[in-house]
Amino acid sequence: MMATTATTFLGVPLGMALFVAVLAIALLGYVMARSRVMARAGGDARVLHSLPNYYGMTAAMFAAVPALGVLLIWLLAQPAVVQNAVLPLIPADKIDSVGTQSLILSDVRRVADGLDIALAQGALSRADIAAMADDPSALRGTLGEVGVALGSEVEPFILAAAQKSRELNGKGRFWMAAAVLLIALAGLALALRVADPQFRARNIVERGVMVLLIVAASLAILTTVGIVLSMLFESINFFRLHDWKDFFLGPKWAPNFRGDSDLSILPLLWGTLYISIIALLVAVPIGLFAAIYLSEYAGPKLRGIAKPLLEILAGIPTIVYGLFALLTVGPALVRLFGRGEDGILGVEWMSGATSVLTAGLVMGIMLIPFVSSLSDDIINAVPQSLRDGSFGLGATHSETVRQVILPAALPGIVGAVLLAASRAIGETMIVVLGAGAIARVSVNPLEAMTTITTRIVSQLTGDTDFASPETLVAFALGLTLFVLTLGLNVLALYIVRKYREQYE
Amino acid sequence: MTDITPSGASLLVQDARTQKRNRAEARFKMYGLAAIAVGLLMLVILLTTIISRGTGAFQQTYVTLEVPLLEAKLDKKGNRNIDDIKKVSTFGYAPLMKAAFEKKIAAAGIETKLKSKEMAALLSKNAAATLRDYVLQDINVIGQTIEFEFLTNSRVDGYLKGRVTRASIANDKSINAAQLDLVDALIADGSLRKRFNLDFITGADASDQRPEAAGMGVAMIGSFFMMLVVLALALPIGVAASIYLEEFAPKNWITDIIEVNISNLAAVPSIVFGILGLAVFINYMHLPNSAPLVGGLVLTLMTLPTIIISTRASLKSVPPSIRDAALGVGASKMQSVFHHVLPLAAPGILTGTIIGLAQALGETAPLLLIGMVGFIASNPPDGITSGLMDPNSAMPAQIYEWAKRADPAFYERAWGGIIILLVFLITMNAIAVLLRRRFERRW
Repeated sequence: MMATTATTFLGVPLGMALFVAVLAIALLGYVMARSRVMARAGGDARVLHSLPNYYGMTAAMFAAVPALGVLLIWLLAQPAVVQNAVLPLIPADKIDSVGTQSLILSDVRRVADGLDIALAQGALSRADIAAMADDPSALRGTLGEVGVALGSEVEPFILAAAQKSRELNGKGRFWMAAAVLLIALAGLALALRVADPQFRARNIVERGVMVLLIVAASLAILTTVGIVLSMLFESINFFRLHDWKDFFLGPKWAPNFRGDSDLSILPLLWGTLYISIIALLVAVPIGLFAAIYLSEYAGPKLRGIAKPLLEILAGIPTIVYGLFALLTVGPALVRLFGRGEDGILGVEWMSGATSVLTAGLVMGIMLIPFVSSLSDDIINAVPQSLRDGSFGLGATHSETVRQVILPAALPGIVGAVLLAASRAIGETMIVVLGAGAIARVSVNPLEAMTTITTRIVSQLTGDTDFASPETLVAFALGLTLFVLTLGLNVLALYIVRKYREQYE
Repeated sequence: MTDITPSGASLLVQDARTQKRNRAEARFKMYGLAAIAVGLLMLVILLTTIISRGTGAFQQTYVTLEVPLLEAKLDKKGNRNIDDIKKVSTFGYAPLMKAAFEKKIAAAGIETKLKSKEMAALLSKNAAATLRDYVLQDINVIGQTIEFEFLTNSRVDGYLKGRVTRASIANDKSINAAQLDLVDALIADGSLRKRFNLDFITGADASDQRPEAAGMGVAMIGSFFMMLVVLALALPIGVAASIYLEEFAPKNWITDIIEVNISNLAAVPSIVFGILGLAVFINYMHLPNSAPLVGGLVLTLMTLPTIIISTRASLKSVPPSIRDAALGVGASKMQSVFHHVLPLAAPGILTGTIIGLAQALGETAPLLLIGMVGFIASNPPDGITSGLMDPNSAMPAQIYEWAKRADPAFYERAWGGIIILLVFLITMNAIAVLLRRRFERRW
């Protein structure tokens, strides 16, 4: 565990300390600039171009924004820069794949952190480390004592690389602190210089605020890009280590941590789709009929009670449904379909509480309000004139619903079902607890099967090694899941939007 | 003139076809009612299951014993030096406890053939540690005989709650019928009883051998710090993004991309955000594993779309006349938004934020990937930095952790944890509804 590193200042992480320092400078700037411009105006605010607060804000902005920007970029870039500088120190023959490279780099990081801790606690002195340069085999034990466990013996080149990275990180931290504080003070000085009554402070502040607003709005794009890139890079690493044909077309999912695993998505996809289909078989009829009744038949009183109550089902966290599947629905199904002579049906079809049916049923319950409230909106959007026309021709209410309203609302309902399907495919907690962990392709809904999301969780929790295909496969699974749900969402939104336009 | 009366038809008597159509109508209506009934039934089943299985966790079985805190055992030097007393481990306290237990049994006149070890097994493995903590808190009690409530083993607790029965213990190695006889006798004596268990709400998690001592408190603190991060980041960023999109953004392709992105992010599976958090915050930025800060960052990204969507709706509901009036008296566009539109939209924004926070509070999947499960969250953090950076769990993650431990005693705790979680969610949603009722303005 890299619990603490030496990147602290008075016990606070250096980045945080700098952040607070910059804010303090900005506050100082606010007060100084405001009083300065008031003094220059002779205490008469009417002489100023802008309200006095805007001069203060300009100064705060000048001091804080560039400095915090530099701080952020520096914090993000330093690890990559240091890593690139350390890379040449690792003998080329030690790196036989991308995987081992990242493994060695993580060793280097651990040793570097360990040395920092050992120095801070006094378990080692600088001279001790220098003496170890050629034979650092004792280091593993020493670092173990200060709480940094290493997987293997420390080799000389790793120690050298660790020392180099410590040196660079130390320098980097120093220059970062210096640069950030200098920039903040320079901004402050500049703002005080320009603070005179003619200065158009409000325009500057408003332009700055506008930039902030745009940055905040672009964060959505940044998040999407982050999601795609983070999964894409690791997926590329995975496909370098593992044949893509096996991933997409192979017959078996059998991860083996000694290597040589079968990692095919097909059995997982089958489990995912099977569970989703069962969930939709439960949710769509119930949700759709509930929506029809609520929008076409129910009086305002029943509607006012039943609709919010149904929507409570959507607000319950998925972990609750997961527990419900594992501890209530699963055992109930076992009592019904399993246990041989002791069971209710006297059959022995089900052995454990986890199964496709368990997860599917519970997920179906979760999706009922999702389908019903979306369909409700869509049915309400069907113009009243269509209903009136149908009634005028003598159709009963149910005939109107079946032959006029539903066909008219069909595209929207299809969209709603697709959204529900995308939710079902991406659902995690219910399947982690209720579906089981065995990857098999079978049509028996009483057997345990596994899904894409369950495997992502199991490959990425516990001891993970980001150099092995068994861990990296989770990113490829995640990317597939993302593409799958994104496709369904885009399609559904397109259909719903198209349908709305039809009646607007 | 001829009457065109169809043969046998009358307005008062329905023909076969009309009857059929009316029956179909009634049937159809019934299906709808049945669907709603099924949905509501599921809700009722879910809630009754949670309550009936979970309330047990709020009660715990204790046995009251009189323990002589012998100076000879606990403070051999006799100088009441706290450092010396701290050196006495729980192994020093366990014999005192066992002796007190046996004395109690003898004093109550209970005859049992149990060996001393079997008797002691009825007490929790945590009991000695509780006694030690009590003594360390106030070392002046050493030398006195105190009355102390000890936690009992989870099987004894289960027996009092009906989870463990004489029939169910046939294959259970940790408890036997003779021990249950002793428990029955102690209940009759009045020294062993169930009472309200505050430690479940405020306490820390315990290892998988001692479910009777596990609590939600530390996980609650973890959740609290995560929500703090979400509130501090998602609210300002979400409001800023909404203001831009609703008030300033020109209608062009960049704005379109942003809008499509936001609506898509709202529908991305939560586990994908977990992968993002693992790859970016932990693997790239080297933030500590299992830290509430990382959890908060991931949940922020997840909650942003929800907050943006609701904030935009409440900005949109402020009538344009307000903006025009502000501009008319000389405010800049920015001033009209920040001084007039935003305050009027604030109640709606707040409501949306609370609902977004409630959603984030119950989210589990991304927390699994950033390591907030799989360890025992035993120490409450000291201070804000430690609360943000030190490994901790969160309420839903703690519930998942207990569900995985495959022990009925932990299942009870998991259901109890769900009750606590739901109480938080219901409170938050109720506050949101109240805010909306109290401050909503219609123009």
